[in-house]
Amino acid sequence: MTEMLSAGSSLLAADDSNAIKDAINALCAPHWFFILSCASITVFMVGYRRFTKPGFALFAVVGFTVFYALSALDSDFRSIIAKPDNVPITMMIYLVGFFVWLSFRQAAINDQNTEMGRPLSEAGSDDKVLVWPDLVYIELIALVLCMVFLTVWSVVLRAPLEQPANPSVIPNPSKAPWYFLGLQEMLVYFDPWIAGVLLPGLVIVGLIAVPFIDKNPRGNGYYTLRERPFAIGVFMFGFVILWVVLIVFGTFLRGPNWNFFGPYEFWDPHRPAALLNINLAEIFWVQWLGRGIPMEGWGPLPTFMVREAPGIVLLSFYFFVVPAILRYTIFRKLGAQMGFVRYALMSQLFLWMVFVPIKMVLRWTLNFKYFVAITEYFLNF
Amino acid sequence: MNLFDRFGDWVRGGQVWGSVFRHGVPRDRRTRAMAILSNVFLHLHPIAIRKSGIRLSFTWCMGGLTFFLFLVEVVTGVLLMFYYRPTVEYAYFDIQGLRAHVTLGLLREMHRWGAHAMIISIWLHMLRVFLTGSYKPPREFNWGVGVILLVLTLLLSFTGYLLPWDQLAMWAITVGSNMARATPLLGHEGPLASLITVGDVPLVHAGDDARFGLLAGTFVGPNALLRFYVLHCVFLPVVVTVLIAVHFWRIRKDGGVSGPL
Ligand code: HEM
Repeated sequence: MTEMLSAGSSLLAADDSNAIKDAINALCAPHWFFILSCASITVFMVGYRRFTKPGFALFAVVGFTVFYALSALDSDFRSIIAKPDNVPITMMIYLVGFFVWLSFRQAAINDQNTEMGRPLSEAGSDDKVLVWPDLVYIELIALVLCMVFLTVWSVVLRAPLEQPANPSVIPNPSKAPWYFLGLQEMLVYFDPWIAGVLLPGLVIVGLIAVPFIDKNPRGNGYYTLRERPFAIGVFMFGFVILWVVLIVFGTFLRGPNWNFFGPYEFWDPHRPAALLNINLAEIFWVQWLGRGIPMEGWGPLPTFMVREAPGIVLLSFYFFVVPAILRYTIFRKLGAQMGFVRYALMSQLFLWMVFVPIKMVLRWTLNFKYFVAITEYFLNF
Repeated sequence: MNLFDRFGDWVRGGQVWGSVFRHGVPRDRRTRAMAILSNVFLHLHPIAIRKSGIRLSFTWCMGGLTFFLFLVEVVTGVLLMFYYRPTVEYAYFDIQGLRAHVTLGLLREMHRWGAHAMIISIWLHMLRVFLTGSYKPPREFNWGVGVILLVLTLLLSFTGYLLPWDQLAMWAITVGSNMARATPLLGHEGPLASLITVGDVPLVHAGDDARFGLLAGTFVGPNALLRFYVLHCVFLPVVVTVLIAVHFWRIRKDGGVSGPL
C-alpha cells in the first residue's frame, strides 16, 4: 500500500507528462467525463442498497481523497484548486457527495424496512418533543459550530483581491462566478438567449412546478427511492450532473479561450480553438444529398424554412411526437395519472432537460452546431 | 447550593430578569412552552415538534444553517458598509484597506466565505427537501417560496461579486450580464427584438435593452457598481428577509417539518 502510494505520488508529482497523467487527462475529455459521471450516478442509484453500505462509502471517500491529494502534487492541478474562490468547489464536491450518500443510505434502510413490513425510521410521527430544549439546543450547537468553521476558514484563507478592475485587460479565460459555471458552459452549445434566459427560466419554472407535476402521493416526509424512482432519478440527473458536474467542468477543465484542458494539462493560451462546427442543414443538404444548401424559398415558404426543413422536422418530432409516443409507452401509467396539462408540461420540461446533454455530446463527438439555424432572426436551436 | 447557583437564582428572581423573561427557568413543560411562546424570535418554532423532524439525519439542520449564514451575512455586511464606498475611485482601495488597516478586516473574509457557504447549504437544503418528498401537499407553496429564495440568494451573491471592483469582479459580472443582451424581445441581440420598431426606428437597442437596465450602461462601469451596490445592500436583502419570514410561517402552518403521514 505505502509503496503504491509513493509510486503514485512520484508519478503525479513529476511535472512532465507520463502514462498515468495522460490516461487521466484522456478520461477527462468532455464526452468521457460526462458519460462516466452519468454512468456512475446511474450505477449508484440502481445499486443503492449495496453502494451505500458504510464500507463502500468509506472506500470511496478515502480513494477520492488520496486521488485528490496526489493530484494536488501536480502544479497545473494545484494552481486550480489553490485559487481562493475555488476552495468552495472542493467543499461542494465533498458535501454533495456526503449528503447524497446520507440520503440514499436512509432510503436504502427505509426501503428494506417497508419491504419487510417494518416501520420507517421516521415513523412514530405522533411522538412529539418540546422545542425547548430539544430543538433550540441543536440549533445553538449548529450555530456555534458554523461560526467556528467560518472563523477558522476566514483566518486561514484570505478572500481574493486581484488587480483593480481594468476594462482594457481581459483575462483569459473570463469565468462567471463559480455557481454560474454550468450556465456559462451552456453558452458553448446554445445561443445566449437560450443559455442565459430560456434555460435558467425553465429551471426556475420547472422547480416551482415540481409539486404540481409529481402527483405520486407516496414518499412524503421520509427518505425512499423505491417508491419514487422516476422523480428522484430526474432530480439527481438535473442537480448532480447538469448543475454540479458542469461546475466541476467549468472549474477544472475549461481554460484559455474556453478550450478543454485535462486536469494536469498546462493552460496554454495559444492552443488553437476548436474546429469549425457544422449545422444540420449542411450535413443534410451537402453531405447526404450532395447538393448545395438551398438559397431560395419554395412557393410561399421563405428560404430559411426550406434550408432548415430537416431540422424543423426533426425538432418538431422531438418536442411534439416523442411525448405522444412516450405517453402510450414508457409513461403510460404516469400519463394517465397526470392528465393532459400536467403531462404536457412535464414532457416539455423533461425533453428540454434531455436536449441539453444531446447537444453537448453531439458537439464533442461530431462538432455539431445547430439543428435549426435561422440566423436571420437570431433563432438557432 | 453553591455560590454560583445562588447568584443565578438571585439574578433570575429579580425584577430586571423578570421584566425580560416572563417565565421561570424552563424546567417543566409549562415553563418550557412559555420560553418559546413569549420570545419573539423563538416563537417562529412551534412548542412541540415531531420527533423525526429534529433528527439531525433527517433535515441536516440545513435550512437552519442557511438561515444562520444569512444572519452572518447581514451582520458582517452592515459592518462592511461602514468602510466601503461604491464608487470607482474608492471601492477597490476601500477593500484593500480592510485588509491592511481595519482591525476587524477579517469581516470581509467572513462575508465572502459565508456567502459561498450559504450557496452550498441552500442547494443541500433543497436536495434534502426533494429527497424526503417534502414538497408534496400541503407544502407545494413553501417549495415555491424556497425556489424564489434560491434565485434571490444567487442574485445576492452575484451582485456582491462586483463590489470589490477588481479584475475578478469586473469580468465575472461582464460574462454573467452579457446574456441579458440576448433576452428575447428585450435584449438588442435577442430573438424577435428587431421586430419591435416604430416605423424604421428600432425600439430595442444597446442603449435601452435589458442589459442596459441591469448595468445602467452599456458596460460594467460606475453606474453598474452603484446599481449593484443598492441591489446588494438594500433591495435584495429586504426581499429575502420578507420571504424567509413567509417561509418560516408556512413551515408551521403546513404542519411543521414533514414526516410520514
Ligand atoms: C434563504 C433560504 C432558505 C432558508 C433560510 C430556509 C429555511 C428553512 C428551514 C429552517 C426549514 C425547516 C426544516 C429544515 O431545516 O430543513 C425549511 C423547510 C423547508 N424549506 Fe427552506 N429555506 C430556504 C430555502 C429553501 C429552498 C431553496 C427550498 C426549495 C427549493 C426550500 C423548501 C423548503 C420546504 C418545502 C420546507 C419544508 C420541509 C419540511 O417540512 O420537511 N427552502 N426551510
